[in-house]
Amino acid sequence: MIGNVITWLNDPAHWRDTRLMTGIPSQLEAHIRYCAIALAIAVVIALPIGLLLGHTRKGTWLVTLANAVRALPTVGVLVLLVVLISPHFTGRTDTGYLIPTEIVLILLAIPPILSNTVAGVQNVEPAVRDAAVGMGMTGSEVLRKVELPCSLPLIFSGFRSATLQVIATATIASYVPLNGLGRFIYDGLAQQDFPQMIGGGVLVAALALVADLLLGLVQRYVVSPGISGRFSKKVVAAAGPITADVVQAEVATV
Amino acid sequence: MIDRIVADSSSSSPFYFWGYFMDHRHQDLAWLWDHVYLSLIPVVAGLIIALPLGYLARRYRWVYPPMVSVMGLLYTIPSIALFVLVPPVFGLKALDPKQVPIALTVYSVALLVRVVADGLAAVPEDVAQAATAMGFGRLRRLISVELPIAVPVVAAGLRVATVSNVSLVAVAGTIGQDNLGRLFDEGKNLSTTGPYYPPIVLGIVLCVLLALVFDLIIVLGTRMLTPWRRVVIGR
Repeated sequence: MIGNVITWLNDPAHWRDTRLMTGIPSQLEAHIRYCAIALAIAVVIALPIGLLLGHTRKGTWLVTLANAVRALPTVGVLVLLVVLISPHFTGRTDTGYLIPTEIVLILLAIPPILSNTVAGVQNVEPAVRDAAVGMGMTGSEVLRKVELPCSLPLIFSGFRSATLQVIATATIASYVPLNGLGRFIYDGLAQQDFPQMIGGGVLVAALALVADLLLGLVQRYVVSPGISGRFSKKVVAAAGPITADVVQAEVATV
Repeated sequence: MIDRIVADSSSSSPFYFWGYFMDHRHQDLAWLWDHVYLSLIPVVAGLIIALPLGYLARRYRWVYPPMVSVMGLLYTIPSIALFVLVPPVFGLKALDPKQVPIALTVYSVALLVRVVADGLAAVPEDVAQAATAMGFGRLRRLISVELPIAVPVVAAGLRVATVSNVSLVAVAGTIGQDNLGRLFDEGKNLSTTGPYYPPIVLGIVLCVLLALVFDLIIVLGTRMLTPWRRVVIGR
């Protein structure tokens, strides 16, 4: 079985587009495109709102609402929106499937980014915030120059889990049907071509791992070493006592 | 088959889902039951595996970083990919009913190991020392002092694992495994000529209800296991 999967992945015919089949690079490109659109829109929506809510300490019901969205079964919402929207688009275009998919992906990406941003800003040590105010910073300066840099680790972990969820769900979009790496999984299933199905699984897993690795690297360079505690061996990152709330914020997003 | 088509065509309104449920009671209840045990067994199995692993990560500090990294990597793999990758790794057939609970157990372990280790780390040092001073051995201290104090943190992780499991099980419906996800498949197949909402809405409603019930059970269980928290809050 594993040998067949390796053969399938190594077959050059699967790495270029043919009349019968879209190749792996094209599907990979489509997959990344769907994910990038959704993540960009989600960040534009969730990051400012999260920073504002964390700074003013108001409207935490919005975080609760965003977290409640997680209880919705993704596949169900995806199929519902596709059935609702796709009949309005006809012709040789996948817009009718793309729009509902992007809506679901954005809905999925917002909660982790939003709740982690709020938790990150709220967990900034009060002494640090007071010092900034005492130095004469205005509210927006405190937010931009102190609270945002200090909460970057949590914001990044939220963005990373949002990315992983979006990559995972974009795979399911192939079932709707849409292009992307999930195409191989569902086509393989439909044709009882199990090497193709498992090969598709390998590709999706590899994409997720590489994406997380790259984001981890970006995080290393963006987060100030004073906060990540990376360059000093003695100072452990200033983490407060762990509580159920923090676990909820950190773990909920994985 | 014919009577089924006639029954299906009676209404395609999204609010007809209850009628749809009554029309296909037998099948839907079977899928609901599949969904219940596919969501619960992995969390229970995951907790049983994660408790000793989490304890090890806490007891021997050098175990913690590599273990958390490996678990993080496992959690990175998208659900549908993990479903299709489990059979070749565990030597099952390409489509085996066991692939879903195994894959979800892997997720639950990956999530809970870190939660258990962090929860045990949250036990105040003076409390642990007090227990030792009272003559508690390592095992007795773990069971009667450290684990109870870690319950709120572990329960927070359990809630996340259970609720996300309910959603992930439905994903397995798209590759033909029996559970509530099959309702979405059915709805998609019945919508070729025009939108047919009842099975899709029914599936979403049942999944959300299931997640809420599980969440409530864990919250109530946590309250029962940690009576001292209520005293503190009530004061």
